[in-house]
Amino acid sequence: MFELIILTFDSTLRVSTPLLLACLAGLYSERSGIVDIGLEGKMLGAAFGAGAVAYLTANAWLGLLAGIAVSVALGLLHGFASISNRGNQIVSGVAINFLAAGLTALLGQTWFRQGGRTPSLPDGGRFREIVWPFAEEIRGVPVIGPIYSELLSGHNILVYAAFLAVPLTWWVLFRSRFGLRLRAVGENPAAVDTAGISVTWLRYRAVIACGILCGFAGSYLSVAAGSGFGVNMTAGQGFMALAALIFAKWKPVNAMFACLLFGFLDAAGTRMQGVEFPVIGELPLQVFQALPYVLTVILLAGFIGKAIPPKAAGIPYLKERS
Amino acid sequence: MSAGQLPRWVDYGLIPFLNLAAAFLVSGLVVILIGENPLKAVQVLLWGSMGYAEGIGFTLFYATNFIFTGLAVAVAFHAGLFNIGGEGQAYLGGLGVAIACLALDQYVPWYVTLPFAIICSAATGAAWAFIPAWLQAKRGSHVVITTIMFNYISYSLMVYLLVNVLKEKGSMQTETRTFEEGGRLPMLNDLFPSLGFGYSPVNLSLFIALAACVLVWLLVFRTRLGFEIRSFGANATAAVYAGISPVRTIIITMLISGGLAGMMAINEIMGSQHRLLVDFVTGYGFVGIAVALMGRAHPVGIVLAAILFGMLYQGGAELSFEMPNITRDMIIVIQGLVILFAGALEHMFRPTIVRIFTPSRALAAKEA
Repeated sequence: MFELIILTFDSTLRVSTPLLLACLAGLYSERSGIVDIGLEGKMLGAAFGAGAVAYLTANAWLGLLAGIAVSVALGLLHGFASISNRGNQIVSGVAINFLAAGLTALLGQTWFRQGGRTPSLPDGGRFREIVWPFAEEIRGVPVIGPIYSELLSGHNILVYAAFLAVPLTWWVLFRSRFGLRLRAVGENPAAVDTAGISVTWLRYRAVIACGILCGFAGSYLSVAAGSGFGVNMTAGQGFMALAALIFAKWKPVNAMFACLLFGFLDAAGTRMQGVEFPVIGELPLQVFQALPYVLTVILLAGFIGKAIPPKAAGIPYLKERS
Repeated sequence: MSAGQLPRWVDYGLIPFLNLAAAFLVSGLVVILIGENPLKAVQVLLWGSMGYAEGIGFTLFYATNFIFTGLAVAVAFHAGLFNIGGEGQAYLGGLGVAIACLALDQYVPWYVTLPFAIICSAATGAAWAFIPAWLQAKRGSHVVITTIMFNYISYSLMVYLLVNVLKEKGSMQTETRTFEEGGRLPMLNDLFPSLGFGYSPVNLSLFIALAACVLVWLLVFRTRLGFEIRSFGANATAAVYAGISPVRTIIITMLISGGLAGMMAINEIMGSQHRLLVDFVTGYGFVGIAVALMGRAHPVGIVLAAILFGMLYQGGAELSFEMPNITRDMIIVIQGLVILFAGALEHMFRPTIVRIFTPSRALAAKEA
């Protein structure tokens, strides 16, 4: 039983990582007042960029850089449409999702001719698991052994990076001057403008930060968890990250717990197939799949606390002109 | 730079045309990028979608789907609501159609089944839109986010229903049994053999879609409710002061929107597939956003935009056959570009156009 719990938690960490990275990405963007439902598209674009470059160069780090570059480029497009041109942010996000889904499959097929997939990555093209010191030696020790060598050790570097990004994001948002202004611009851009700080440049920086983190999230899928890019490999995880962001009420530490919860539901759903529960009987897999979204809707409805988005989110800022 | 400063034909003709031209120009660049000739691609696309009767039939079949989902998004637009849940509402609409057809197809002819199928599909689609609508109206949870969530919930729900409830016993496929004659709409090819629509699945629902366009036009522009919807969309605060109930407007608009999205399933399920199956919506709900944007939320514009997207779908299929380098994913790229230029970047060309069309004297007077 204990072994089973550890294994479930272990896969929870793996499933949560891309969610967490994308969720933190959305956090930067939405805290600055730019709603981003293009997380999915950016992740997908990044996964493709990372997979393609990692295959061509056999270098996972270059892959990661390419993934980030693609994702930031899509983020800048979102910024150009919604910050510079004051376009509708939802529409822009939908467009980015379409563009990424189409272009990755199209270019993947043109370049690699494997139905849109990239070929399997060569050895150096993937991030490998990092085994912590003495992991093998203390595996046999009860309780601590499995926790140390299964749960903590043996993940790739992006998993650790994702969880380190949580305190970092917290510090940036709540302890740095940039974070203060970022939060202010999402609540009251006019006030920030009056203080002589550029709303446009702040929001662009937020969108770029979002792009970088989405780049990590997408790259994780293709060069760390998987061994190459597959068509539509994000499969809605960007939207799930959005749900997690709302569930976390736009706070970094909450985001981590929300992503862990959603990841756990996913991991548990796979393990619970065919398991009979007392009273309720066997739960279908679809219940676990739908649960994160159902929970988010219930939260949004204000039945378990209230999720209040940044006040200026979704509203383009227009400087007053005479 | 609001609308109204420009002649109507510029606002409703030139600017959408420029946005569309920009989208197609970039699409052409993508085609060049993958090493094909864009002009030849356009030729194949036009021929495939409009060059012969069967192709036209397919184009119209896809257009029917887009009219429904486009109208759904447009009605919500008029109330300032963004119904991004057409996907899920259409999926649930499939459930409604299937319930009506499975119950009746063995006993009555199709024209008796049809009204029930329409009612059921609209009802299930509307029901799926009701919860987000109610949550927005009563609890203030944003309809964009809730409808996204509901798209995913609908997927899980429908897969569950298909696998555990609706699946034919002993079948390996996750789909219902195939409907009998009483659950199938006549194909236009059978009604009008001389038009030569051949094997294309275009069916009677095309006319239902066109009727829906007329009804939506009447509703939005000629009824009191439509006026309330548009007033609420133009300025919600003012509308409330004028005595328009926000709760009522939001809920009714979303019910109509969801119902229209749900009716898309008539074309797909009763008109073509003749059985309920997994994943039959495949993005039509999202394309509805592009259709509504391009059609400027007006029924006539939506019909034109829907035909254009129908051409992209059918011509794109032909294109991937003729020029294998250009896979069907190219259509998704073009859609993305259309949404980007016609929707998110709609203001990009406007300042220039305004400058061109404003007489210099008026401009000088304004600046003075």
